[in-house]
Amino acid sequence: MNVAKTLDATGLACPMPIVKTKKAIKDIETGEVLEVQATDQGAKSDLAAWTKSSGHELIDTDESSDVLKFWIKKGE
Amino acid sequence: MALHAMKPSELAKKVVNKEDLFILDVRTEDAFEDWKVEGENFEYKNVPYFDLIDGVEDIMDDLPKDKEILVVCAKEGSSIMVGDMLSDEGLEVSYLEGGMKAWSEHLEPVKISDLNNGGELYQFVRLGKGCLSYMVLSGGEAAVIDANRMTNIYTDFAKEKGVTINHTMDTHLHADHISGGRALAEETGGSYWLPPKDATEVTFDYQALEDGNTIKVGDTNIDIQALYSPGHTIGSTSFVVDEQYLMTGDILFIDSIGRPDLAGKADDWVGDLRTTLYERYQNLSEELIVLPAHYMILDELNDDGSVQEKLSVLYAQNHGLNIEDEDEFRRTVTENLPPQPNAYQEIRETNMGQITPDSEKKREMEIGPNRCAVR
Repeated sequence: MNVAKTLDATGLACPMPIVKTKKAIKDIETGEVLEVQATDQGAKSDLAAWTKSSGHELIDTDESSDVLKFWIKKGE
Repeated sequence: MALHAMKPSELAKKVVNKEDLFILDVRTEDAFEDWKVEGENFEYKNVPYFDLIDGVEDIMDDLPKDKEILVVCAKEGSSIMVGDMLSDEGLEVSYLEGGMKAWSEHLEPVKISDLNNGGELYQFVRLGKGCLSYMVLSGGEAAVIDANRMTNIYTDFAKEKGVTINHTMDTHLHADHISGGRALAEETGGSYWLPPKDATEVTFDYQALEDGNTIKVGDTNIDIQALYSPGHTIGSTSFVVDEQYLMTGDILFIDSIGRPDLAGKADDWVGDLRTTLYERYQNLSEELIVLPAHYMILDELNDDGSVQEKLSVLYAQNHGLNIEDEDEFRRTVTENLPPQPNAYQEIRETNMGQITPDSEKKREMEIGPNRCAVR
């Protein structure tokens, strides 16, 4: 996958992973992919709900290790 | 305006006293729909915190000016963020300390009654999840029935009361919450009692809780008599305490009855459930006060915050005890059941000692309502 930017939000508790993700996604272009790394379990449902409501697309997740990974494609 | 922290114990008082409160829940819509802080006179607004990161102006008009406002989220971080923003706008608001996780773990002790010879009976109401557990105190000793995971609450309470916890017992293998019975017995050096028919796959030693067992608490003779009453699980056992109280576990609730399907055996156990409710309990004194292991809706909470009712009243009013036709009963308890509790399989495995999740994982597993009943 072609990742335009990676955000390290590990060790951060809610709401910071989403606050930072929201900021980071402004730095990439529509159609590009942001990779978010987080350790807060709450990030799973929150990122899914946020991408849905904000017009971005959560294209993949990896929850196999302690560091959760999310790939978000920027919407219009 | 400064942002205030509201402790779960303060919120519990508002629920029990039926106070007014406006809850701004900033979790996701799914989380809010699944599970929230229930209060008879509470009003709600749900706006996910991520929609408020850039400002709260859009929701200011929807918030009351003359009512106490509590901001709630999963752990507390987001509610502090939103609460600070509202404070900056000049509103007087609080956030729930520890969020829904702390709310789920709060137990409110309510005195049910004095027992013979100076004994006492307390009910621990877990308002965030609808779980009920009990402590019988007598002559310097105590027994805890259906203990929840937060064992420090019982040990602190026992210390305050100057009693030693000698026995812990579970009415059945729980599927909706992680039992604290085994851990509590280990901490206090007491015995952990479990019905053997629910314990065929457990990985630890326990005292077999069987029909007719009498467990004495203290030297003043408070008896806890075991009464085999299968149906929610095959091992489900009730207790008659001090000949006055019937602890029904997850078999009979105030406004509903137990569901037989959480171990995947609804069809096998439905007959047992009917026999227990329509025969075994029928043979008991109707004067017994029923003390269940759960409640589902706020209507089941009495004015003093307790959950209890006379068996005779339940036979008159509880729909689940008044289904004449056996086929209809079978359909009621096996079809159109509510969703199963969150992570119920993993919770059962934890309670059997087969898996040992860390405490953070245990918290996650217990999120949500208990869903043990059929109405």
